[in-house]
Amino acid sequence: MGKFLLRRFVNYLILVILAASMTYILAGEALNPRAQFQAKTPPPPKASVDASLKTINANPDTPILVRYKRWVGGLLHGDFGKEINGGSVGADMKRRILVSTRLLLIATVLGSGLGILIGAYSAIKQYKFSDRVITLTSFVLLSLPLIPLAIGLKLLAVKVNGWVGHRVLEYTGEYAPDSHGWGRFTSRLQHLILPTLTLVLGQVAFYSRYQRATMLDVMGNDFLRTAQAKGLRRRKALMKHGLRTAVLPLVVLIVYNVSLLFTGAIFTETIFAWHGMGEWSVNSIQQSDVNVVAAIGIFTSCLILIAGMLSDIVYVSLDPRVRV
Amino acid sequence: MTQPSENLVIDAEVESNDGGYRQAPDEGARRSRSRGRLIFRRFLRNRLAVVALILFIAMFAWSFIGPHFNATFKGDAHCTPAVTPGLPGYDHTCMWDYKQNDFSSFSDGPSSKHYFGTTQSGQDVYAQLLRGMQKSMVIGLLAAVMTTAIASVVGSAAAYFGGFVDRILMWFVDMLLVVPGFLIIAILSPLFQGSTWLLLVVLIAIFAWMVTARAIRSQTLSLREREYVSAARYMGVRPARIIARHVLPNIASYLIVDVTLNVGGAIITEVSLSYFGFGIQSPDVSLGTLLQAGQDKATTAWWLFAFCGGALTLIVLCVNFVGDGLRDAFDPGSATSRAR
Repeated sequence: MGKFLLRRFVNYLILVILAASMTYILAGEALNPRAQFQAKTPPPPKASVDASLKTINANPDTPILVRYKRWVGGLLHGDFGKEINGGSVGADMKRRILVSTRLLLIATVLGSGLGILIGAYSAIKQYKFSDRVITLTSFVLLSLPLIPLAIGLKLLAVKVNGWVGHRVLEYTGEYAPDSHGWGRFTSRLQHLILPTLTLVLGQVAFYSRYQRATMLDVMGNDFLRTAQAKGLRRRKALMKHGLRTAVLPLVVLIVYNVSLLFTGAIFTETIFAWHGMGEWSVNSIQQSDVNVVAAIGIFTSCLILIAGMLSDIVYVSLDPRVRV
Repeated sequence: MTQPSENLVIDAEVESNDGGYRQAPDEGARRSRSRGRLIFRRFLRNRLAVVALILFIAMFAWSFIGPHFNATFKGDAHCTPAVTPGLPGYDHTCMWDYKQNDFSSFSDGPSSKHYFGTTQSGQDVYAQLLRGMQKSMVIGLLAAVMTTAIASVVGSAAAYFGGFVDRILMWFVDMLLVVPGFLIIAILSPLFQGSTWLLLVVLIAIFAWMVTARAIRSQTLSLREREYVSAARYMGVRPARIIARHVLPNIASYLIVDVTLNVGGAIITEVSLSYFGFGIQSPDVSLGTLLQAGQDKATTAWWLFAFCGGALTLIVLCVNFVGDGLRDAFDPGSATSRAR
């Protein structure tokens, strides 16, 4: 088992290194940070632009391989380099990862939990009216593009606030900066509702469809009949023996999907002005911030590595056949 | 291959001898119903999918025909003429197009002068919406076809040749899966800003084919062992021809469904890129740039968001319903059709 996982890990690690290097080199060649400095008013003299470009190791006149070598050298000491405005990429990244995690953790827990429950319910009520409604709704939700959904929710919030008379639903940022203590907590909640809803709707739909399929497979099994035959009520048999077995394949999927969520969060974060990783990735490219783009490249490919490893571990511990 | 046709001949003989009596003619008629017809009938039974297909085709057609039926105005020589000069009825009236500004109407709601209202700078929302739908749908369709084409070439080649080729290709697939595709396209966007939008299609396809390629690979792995493939190989048919003639046609149903389902994904990718300014560039428009431009003013000017947001949602919904219907029609035993 250890050998299998180690081999997978080495394989993933090589892929991550390649992916991160590719991101850095592409970003270094395609983006033009010089234009960012020259766009300032009044335009700074060329010498000072060159000096600032040099301090952030992003001068397009330096050969890309030289810049790459310097960047890797910094990375080995845990230094992600400097942002285009001189700040530290590493410090900013730490802060932003926390912001994204706060948003995504709640959304994932809610989304997968609700999805599993609704999917199981829908499987038990197969072909009944409620099942049909759930199936159709989840299909529609799955096809909803995120951008119009998020903007639509925002517009709806404006309407709701208008009806209520004061701002109940907030749609910019994480919390009101002037709030303290208990007020800060409620402010956080108010700001959480809309972005969480945006992320949760699609997840509930996705997991419920999956859970419904696995649950239906399990429900045809003999051990459920046996459980009922030995005197267990149908509900208890389904909950204790059915649901438990049917959830297992989903766990692998959830673990894997968490990483992909970070990319999905780009839209949610940008539209609701959360300063997380998703928003950062768009901003950094718009500002030609090479080192930040490279850091995000490392971050996303590391997430895929972690997700892949985790789902491998879950898979190995669940399925003894893989261990050999 | 000769087996069914022989049967048909025998059937025909039975029929002629007995004067079209007994079960034979009916049997022959049922057999002659081709697989394509069967699938078509099965698809027609799924009403939601049929409605979605009709809607999608209608929207596609509308995005090309609609601009020719826009509101007209008396303009100067530089505008789009309502009637092509030289044809009867040409009288210097112009039609709003997506680039034209109406300097007498800023942020106005829908009216007979501008069917879907105007933007802040006086552009006609109807013309912009149709242009955006055109761009997004054409890019989505092209990118989806290209995605499945790349996937089928790589996937089937990896499985057919096996060994070293397989390992290299699959390793490449793994690497592309780790690379953040959206980020890379966004990074490369300054490079194709001046050039054609076709490059965007290629880029979207390049970062979308990997999962399909894996699925095709696993299907080809089992097809490779079939007798007719071995027979073709022993007859000296070249590998490329075997893949094209014997492998791919046998997974055609999967490929068709995959193209359909990829259309939705490709449209969303294009819209997302354009939304952030990494895709279609002004003065051209796509649904993404329209959403970006309309979102902030949407509270006061609903027509700036409602039409493009609604169009995008409807398009993606339709495509997915069609894809789902096709999957059920091709494979009635699949998980989704059991789910219905």
